[in-house]
Amino acid sequence: MDLSSISPVLLLASLMVAATPILIAALGELVVERAGVLNLGIEGMMITGAICGFAVAVETGSPLLGFIAAAIGGALLSLLFVLLTQFALANQVASGLALTLFGLGLSALLGQKYVGVKPPPIAKLHIPVLSDIPFFGPVLFSHDIVVYLGLALVVAVWYMLKYTRAGLILRGVGENHDAAHALGYKVIRVRIMAITFGGACAGVGGAYISLIRVPQWTEGMTAGAGWIALALVVFASWKAGRVMLGAYLFGGVTVLQLNLQAAGVSIPVEYLSMSPYVITIIVLVIMSADKSRAPASLGRIFHATQ
Amino acid sequence: MLTLEKRPQPSKFWTYMTPLVAVIVTMIAGGMLFAALGKNPFTAIGTIFWEPLFGEFSFYYRPQLLVKGGPLILIAIGLSLGFRAGIWNIGAEGQYIIGAICGAAVGLAFYPAESWIIFPLMVIAGALGGLLWAMIPALLKVRFGTNEILVSLMLVYVAEQLLASMSLGLLKNPEGFGFPGSRNFQQYASGHNAELITGSGMHWGVVAAFIAVIFAYILLNRHILGFHIRLTGQAPRAARFAGVNPKLLVVFCLGASGALAGLAGLFEVSGPSGQISIDFNSGYGFTAIIVAFLGRLHPVGILLAGLLMALTYIGGEIAQSNLGLPAAAIQVFQGMLLFFLLAIDMLTNYRIKLTNRRVA
Amino acid sequence: MKLTKLLTSAAPAFALALGLATSAMAQDKTKVGFIYVGPVGDGGWTFEHDKGRLEVEAHFGDKVETVYQESVPEGADAERAITQMALQGADLIFTTSFGYMEPTLSVAGKFPNVKFEHATGYKTSDNVSVYSARFYEGRAIQGHIAGSMTKSNVIGYIASFPIPEVIRGINSAYIHAKKVNPDVEFKVVWAFTWFDPAKEADAATALIEQGADVILQHTDSKAPQAAAEKAGGVITFGQASDMSEYAPLPRVSSIIDHWGPYYIARTQAVMDGTWSSVNTWDGIGAGMVGIGEISDAVPADVKASALALKAAIASGEYHPFTGPLNKQDGSAWLADGEVADDGTLAGMGFYVEGITGDIPN
Repeated sequence: MDLSSISPVLLLASLMVAATPILIAALGELVVERAGVLNLGIEGMMITGAICGFAVAVETGSPLLGFIAAAIGGALLSLLFVLLTQFALANQVASGLALTLFGLGLSALLGQKYVGVKPPPIAKLHIPVLSDIPFFGPVLFSHDIVVYLGLALVVAVWYMLKYTRAGLILRGVGENHDAAHALGYKVIRVRIMAITFGGACAGVGGAYISLIRVPQWTEGMTAGAGWIALALVVFASWKAGRVMLGAYLFGGVTVLQLNLQAAGVSIPVEYLSMSPYVITIIVLVIMSADKSRAPASLGRIFHATQ
Repeated sequence: MLTLEKRPQPSKFWTYMTPLVAVIVTMIAGGMLFAALGKNPFTAIGTIFWEPLFGEFSFYYRPQLLVKGGPLILIAIGLSLGFRAGIWNIGAEGQYIIGAICGAAVGLAFYPAESWIIFPLMVIAGALGGLLWAMIPALLKVRFGTNEILVSLMLVYVAEQLLASMSLGLLKNPEGFGFPGSRNFQQYASGHNAELITGSGMHWGVVAAFIAVIFAYILLNRHILGFHIRLTGQAPRAARFAGVNPKLLVVFCLGASGALAGLAGLFEVSGPSGQISIDFNSGYGFTAIIVAFLGRLHPVGILLAGLLMALTYIGGEIAQSNLGLPAAAIQVFQGMLLFFLLAIDMLTNYRIKLTNRRVA
Repeated sequence: MKLTKLLTSAAPAFALALGLATSAMAQDKTKVGFIYVGPVGDGGWTFEHDKGRLEVEAHFGDKVETVYQESVPEGADAERAITQMALQGADLIFTTSFGYMEPTLSVAGKFPNVKFEHATGYKTSDNVSVYSARFYEGRAIQGHIAGSMTKSNVIGYIASFPIPEVIRGINSAYIHAKKVNPDVEFKVVWAFTWFDPAKEADAATALIEQGADVILQHTDSKAPQAAAEKAGGVITFGQASDMSEYAPLPRVSSIIDHWGPYYIARTQAVMDGTWSSVNTWDGIGAGMVGIGEISDAVPADVKASALALKAAIASGEYHPFTGPLNKQDGSAWLADGEVADDGTLAGMGFYVEGITGDIPN
């Protein structure tokens, strides 16, 4: 056993990378759920974003265009969910699961000719002074730009929900859609925007896996990240700041587990592999004392009766 | 423009018509997809829907519909009880795995003894395993108010790791030359969930599924508990006034769905699958959620939905190997079918109206 | 309706009575089926089996028809998929994952006239052969290059599940790394997955951060290659497929699963009527294990000695598990000059002396 071989700096830095895809996807889902909609199709939208982003980045040579395409791809798929749940008034749980099934199949079809292709690389930012600060430099200031986009998104979502009129309306729609409707807000329109935003975020999160974290395309490569993102939202009790905390915890446990193994610590691997999930359950129980709860209209179908 | 108007009560006509319309629309859209992939759409659609039922080898595929549909129906019936009451167990996959592990462990503990009592004991252990696994989200919800969607989902991943650990450790076949996986129940008469009539596909799991359908039907329509379940789902406040104990209901619904999922796992591991292995679970627990909704949470609907789902799986497999369609295309096709079923289902409860001017 | 289908349709009537008889005899084309555990686009295990299938098609042209089914779950679904291929008139069916062992045997019992080939298993019958590759021979060469090239003397190994196949690979690589570099240390990380690119990337990164400058992998994705490339100064080896898009660095060589020749030979045997049940465990010599080109990043002398080792293994002159070797606990395993027997190798559940850490379970 040699714990000294684990470098805390590098550990924290790779933790930030591991957390980014689930962080971005979970923020999107947070907004969706705050609007009173439960979309279980994150995994499907993430993998669709992963292939759209990958394909476009490879064809154009521009990772930036790739990420934009990923956002569009995820958003387009989420529009299917919109059609089902907002216009056809279908059950959201079933629609979300169908979306995941569809997305996994579609991405595999789209990705057939991209197996084994290398994407264009993305440079890590090097911020002259900041990156050179000992400890904090490598941990915080020498990542690719998407990591910072994720962090900025945390602040943006938090601010939007808490301090803006749009956020107020969104929350109102999520808490009580009938009242919001009575007050003259366009419930459906708000929800469509929220769902599309969620789809775009999931797409970007997926593309982060295929373009930066791994980076390559293989079928089914998101391997359950979408479900973890879903868990994060509930874990965070629908608060943006806590989503970030949760993402680092989830990313952190996996990275730490692998690091402990590499350091030769004799640990029961399969039990450590299940630890992120067990920890989530424990945290859920601990946080149950907190009275923040799910948006009241979550998952309920809205139909305006005049 | 088009507007929706809620029907005073669900349309009988559309209740029966929507699945048919959805299947036809899926055939058209799916045909276009297959054509885009360079396959003859008529052959492809025909292969998926016709071959398993009436094709030249249907004598083999028809029983397989039961083998594939049985676990789906059994799990979905359990889930539908909770879903009706607004209790969301989406971790049936985990309960399925734990049921299989517990049941198999009991059977393997007796190996190589032969006795008629072994299989019933395995069945009980399987149901108990699933039940206990479902009790975790149930009790946490009752005691701490934690969200059961999340807890049950998390427990799926915990169960998957346990499964890997069991097939590599405790339950590993001691005569398996170190390879992962337990002994095979197909070679252990007392623990084997064999076909009841050879070539029929009917094993105890399928029988259990049919019994579950009947029980659920009686429970929901004839029993006070079923009434409470429906009432809680439709009007939680009214239910409380009617004397429903919501905590008890949570325990019952999660427990029942867990036990049925556990049973499904046990019947699968001791029958068609044969052994505990790292990849023993193949998504039945998740697919069953879709089946439950496709069947509109109605026992008979679930029975039909489970068989339809099984049909697309088996037909899809045939299309893959006969026509060289990629597995992904079949997945997309199944996704489409679900989309159309869910979308067209709206016609049961709503009427589409064409309005030219503002309705006062 | 195609001719073959009409001809096969004679079966159902008596198949019911006989318990599923075969119907494949009257065809002019030999039909070869493949059951895959992953998608053909996995870029690794299944991808290479499918390449083997395409080689069969290319070799025989019009004389064969191949069919495949991908992403077939192990268990009941596998049994149905295999049965279906047999029903549809396949003459020879390759089932390409360990978990298909029991389903293959069970279906084979019902179709005595169809030939079956199960990869990586150990149970045979009159119409079921098993075949596998001695990947540990390739691991020996990897270990040799890794031990010669490491500067930090730390070699990272991403393992999947603690099964004999994987343990054998770790031992073989370690023995040969140790031979050329007595100070070498192995860090093994068990991922408990065959395929999860993100986790594999994390595992590679964790190993690199802890000083490993060589990454060996027994998982199927190319994520570790990409992680090594990103880190820089780290070498890797392709797994299952050549992964040459990462050459010359970080990928310096590779183990390639090369099933084509075997598939062609077995198909030929069915055509000639000479097929019989065999237990094949071939290595570099027979061409089932390919060693991908050793890139220029490897020093010339190391490359030369690696190729010499490869030649010695191929000719049968040298066995990677040759004594003296002790087990991890120090107990004697092989005496000087003694060669491990296939039985022990097939069920290997222990580390050799010098490897630190425990095998899970």
